[in-house]
Amino acid sequence: MRIDGFRKDKAVWTLISVLIFIFFFMFIVYPIFSILKSSIYENGAFTLENFRRFFGESYYSSTLINSLKIAVVVALCSLALGIPLAYFNTMYVLKGSTAIQIITILCSMSAPFVGAYSWILMFGRSGAITKFLSDVFGFKMPNIYGFAGIVIVMTTKLFPLVYLYVCGAIKNIDNSLLEASESMGVVGVKRFWKITFQLCVPSVLAVTMMVFIRALADYGTPALIGEGYRTFSVEIYKQYMGEGGNSHGFASAISVVAIAITAVFFFAQRYFANKHSFKMNALHPIQKKKAKGFYNVFIHVVSYALVAFSFLPQVYLVYCSFRKTTPSGQSFIEGYSLNNYRLFFARMGESVWNTLLLGGFTLIVTISIAVLISYLIVRLPSKLNNTIDTLSMLPYVIPGSVVGIALVISYSTRPLVLTGTFIIMVIAISIRRMPYTIRSSVATLQQIPITVEEAAESLGTTRGRTFLRITIPMMSNGIISGAILSWITILTELSTSIILYSSNTITLTLATYNFVSRGNYGCAAASASILTFFTALSLVLFFRISKTKDLSM
Amino acid sequence: MKVRITIDHALKKYDGNTVIPDLSLVVEEGELFTLLGPSGCGKTTLLRMIAGFNSVEGGKFLFNDKEINNLSPSKRNIGMVFQNYAIFPHMSVKENVMFGLKNRKLPQDEIEKTTAKFLRLMQIEQFKDRMPDKLSGGQQQRVALARALAISPDVLLMDEPLSNLDAKLRIEMRKVIKDIQREVGITTVYVTHDQEEAMAISDRIAVMNGGVIQQIGSPRELYQRPQNLFVATFIGHTNIVKAKLAGNNILFDGYKLVLDNLKDVPDQEVQVSIRPEEFIINEDTSSEGMDAVVEDYVFLGLTTQYFVRLADGDAVEIIRESIVGKDLAVGQHVKLQVKTEKINVYDASEAAMTLIRKE
Repeated sequence: MRIDGFRKDKAVWTLISVLIFIFFFMFIVYPIFSILKSSIYENGAFTLENFRRFFGESYYSSTLINSLKIAVVVALCSLALGIPLAYFNTMYVLKGSTAIQIITILCSMSAPFVGAYSWILMFGRSGAITKFLSDVFGFKMPNIYGFAGIVIVMTTKLFPLVYLYVCGAIKNIDNSLLEASESMGVVGVKRFWKITFQLCVPSVLAVTMMVFIRALADYGTPALIGEGYRTFSVEIYKQYMGEGGNSHGFASAISVVAIAITAVFFFAQRYFANKHSFKMNALHPIQKKKAKGFYNVFIHVVSYALVAFSFLPQVYLVYCSFRKTTPSGQSFIEGYSLNNYRLFFARMGESVWNTLLLGGFTLIVTISIAVLISYLIVRLPSKLNNTIDTLSMLPYVIPGSVVGIALVISYSTRPLVLTGTFIIMVIAISIRRMPYTIRSSVATLQQIPITVEEAAESLGTTRGRTFLRITIPMMSNGIISGAILSWITILTELSTSIILYSSNTITLTLATYNFVSRGNYGCAAASASILTFFTALSLVLFFRISKTKDLSM
Repeated sequence: MKVRITIDHALKKYDGNTVIPDLSLVVEEGELFTLLGPSGCGKTTLLRMIAGFNSVEGGKFLFNDKEINNLSPSKRNIGMVFQNYAIFPHMSVKENVMFGLKNRKLPQDEIEKTTAKFLRLMQIEQFKDRMPDKLSGGQQQRVALARALAISPDVLLMDEPLSNLDAKLRIEMRKVIKDIQREVGITTVYVTHDQEEAMAISDRIAVMNGGVIQQIGSPRELYQRPQNLFVATFIGHTNIVKAKLAGNNILFDGYKLVLDNLKDVPDQEVQVSIRPEEFIINEDTSSEGMDAVVEDYVFLGLTTQYFVRLADGDAVEIIRESIVGKDLAVGQHVKLQVKTEKINVYDASEAAMTLIRKE
C-alpha cells in the first residue's frame, strides 16, 4: 500500500516535471531557436546578410551603441541616487520615512513611458513649465528630447530599484559589524566605504544588472522622448512592424544581438557576484540614529527633493486628467472636468476589463508554474528539474519586445496559430515574469524547514497531499506578496504586449500608449491616472498582506 | 599601557527607564574582571557604556585618570569581542585581523608582522586566507579575539563571547581566552550569564541583578561567602533552611549549631544557606541532626544526588560521593548534620544580607 502510494506520488511529480519542460520547450526554447533561425535563414538559404547589414551600416549599429550608452549611464545615475537615499533612510531617522518608502516604490512601479509622457507635458517644447518659465522669466528650457530626456526619465523610474535593494542589504547588516569597525577606529565615510558598502556589493551588483537590462530593453521611453536618438529596442519594433519594408529576418538579427549582449552582461554579473558572495544574518539590525545639525538638514533636503522629483510626473498626470481639453484632446485648456475619463471609458473602456482579465490569468499561470518549479528545484532536484531551472531563467536576459517577436515568429503558422489571441499574451507575459516569481518562491520555500513536511509524511500523508496541505499554505504569504508584485508588473507591461496585442486584447497600458502616440493627451492622462490608481491600490494590498514596508523584486 | 577602569556612580536610562541606577566599581590593571548576572541585569549595558556604544546618563567612566564619558568608541583604544563575533564576512581571516592595524597607518611590514603574530598566537595561521563562512564557530571566535588584540588595545571587552559555541568548545575556548589574556596582560572586562564560565575564567567577578552590583569578589569568595541570598542562589546551587539565631547558636528544628564567625547581632529569625555538598547524612537515627526522609535519589557516577524532606516539610537536595554497595532506600529516615564552617547565615529581610563576619 505505502509503496504503491509512494510510486504513484513519484510518477505524478515526474509527470509535472515533464509537462513543465514541454511548456518551456514550446514557449522559451523553440521561440529562441526560431528567432535565431529567422535571423540566419532567409528564402530557404543560410545567410549572414542580416548581421552584416546591422553591423555594417552605422545607421543600425549606432542604435546598439546608443542603447548601451543609455543603459550604462542610467545604471550609474541610478546607483548615484539610490545608494545615498538608501543609506540615509536606513542609518538615520528621517521624518516621513514611510512616505519616502512608499512613494519610491510607486515610482518604480509606474509604466516607464508614462514618465516620459508627463515630462513632455511639463518640460517639452510646449510643456506647461517650459511655457511658464519662458513667459514669466524669459528662461529657455534646455532640450529634454533625446539622450538627456531618456536618461532622466529612466533614472527616475529605475533608481528606486537600487534604493530598495540597498535598503534590503543594509537591513541585513548586523549592527555589531559597524561597532566592531568603530572600536578599531574606523568611522564615518571610511567605514561606509570599507564595511557598509562592501557588504552591499552583492545586492548592488544584482540590482545594477537589473537596472541595466531594463534600461537596455525599454521601448516606451525612447520611443516617446528619444526623437532623433534611436535605440535598438525601438529599431526592432520598427523593423518588425515593417516601417520601410517588413523584415522579420532583420528584426530577428537585432534581437539575437540584443540577447547576446544581455547574456554577456548577465554572466559577467554572475561571475562578480559569485566572487563577492558571503553569508550575513542580522541578529541585531542597525538602529537608526538621529543626524545632527547641518548634516541632518542636508539628508532631509536631498531625500525629499529626490522623491518629489521622481513622483512629480505622476502627480502632474493625475492633475492633467481632470483638466478640460480641446475637443480633439490635443491640448489642455482652462477649467476642470471629468470629460477625459468619460471619453476614455467610451473609447477604451474595455481595456480596463481586458487588463484585469489578462492580469488575472497571467498571474494564475505564472504562480502555479513557479510554485511547482520551486518545489521541484528545492525538494526534488534532478537533472530534468535543474534543466527546467536554467530554462526558466532565460527570459531574464531576453528583452521584452524580443519575447514578443519570437513568439509571433513561432506561432503565426500552422499547426499552432496563436497570434492575436488572448492566450499568447498570457503565455508571453507569464514567461517574462517567470524568473522573478520562481526566485522568490524558491527563497520562500528554502526558509520552510523540510522537517515540517517530513512530519506530515511520517503521519501518513502522501507527498502530493503534503505539498497541497502543508507546503503551499506555509508558502502562501510569500506567494501572495510575490503575486501582487507580479500583478503590478503585468499591469504596466508594454514592450511585449505592444507586439502581441490585437484590438480585442488591448490593455490599459497599451491604451494609454496609443492615446499618447495619437496625441490625445486628455484621454492619455485619464488612463494613466487609472493605471496609477490600480498600482497604488495593489501596493496598499501588498503592504497589508505582507505586513512589511520592504519589498524586493 | 596598563589601564585601570574606574566607574563612579554610573547612571543609565533608556527612554526614561532607569536600567542602572548608581553603580561604582574599579577594574584593576591587567585583571580579568567579569560582569555576571541573569539576562536583563544590565551587564551588557554596562559593558557597552565602557565601550562607548551606549551613552552615559550620569557618573564618570575613567581609563586611569582620563574621563572617557564623551569619547567616541573609535578613540578609546578598546578591543571588543562581540557575542556573534562580528567577523566582516567580506574579508578573509587575515584581512579581518589586519583591519584595525591598517587604519592606524602603520608601516606595511609592521602590519604584516603584528598580524602574523596574532594569527600564530590564536593558532589560526593555516586559515588566514579563508573567508569567514568557511570557518567553524570556534575558529571564528579565535579570529574575533585576534582581531581585537591586534591593535594592542588598552582594554579588552568581551560580550558573552562563548554563548554561541557548543559545550565542549566553550570549555576549550575559555582556557584559550584566559591563557591569552594572561600572556598579553591586558585589562579585560568579560560579560556572561553562565556562572560556571565566570568562575573558570575570572580573577574577580561582579554579580549584578537589576542594574545593581550584589557582590564583587574572587570566584572563591563568591561561592564560599556570598554576601546575600541572591548571590548564594545564583552562584552554584543551595538549599535555604529556616532557623533561629540565639547568641552564637543556630537553632534548627531539633538540631543546634554553634558558629564562631557570626556578626554581633540580636537574636532573630534567620535563613541558612546550605549547599548540597555541605550536608552530612547520618543513617543512625538516634544521632544528633535534623530529622529527614529520603524521597528519591539519582546516581550520577562520581556523586549521588538525594532528594530529602525535612520534618517541617521543606525539601532539600544533597550531594555526596557515591558509595559502593547498598545505598539509602527511598522512604528511609535519616539525620542531617552540616559542615559548620561552610554554611552561610542570612537575615530574614528581603535583602537577606549575610550575618557572617568578614574573615
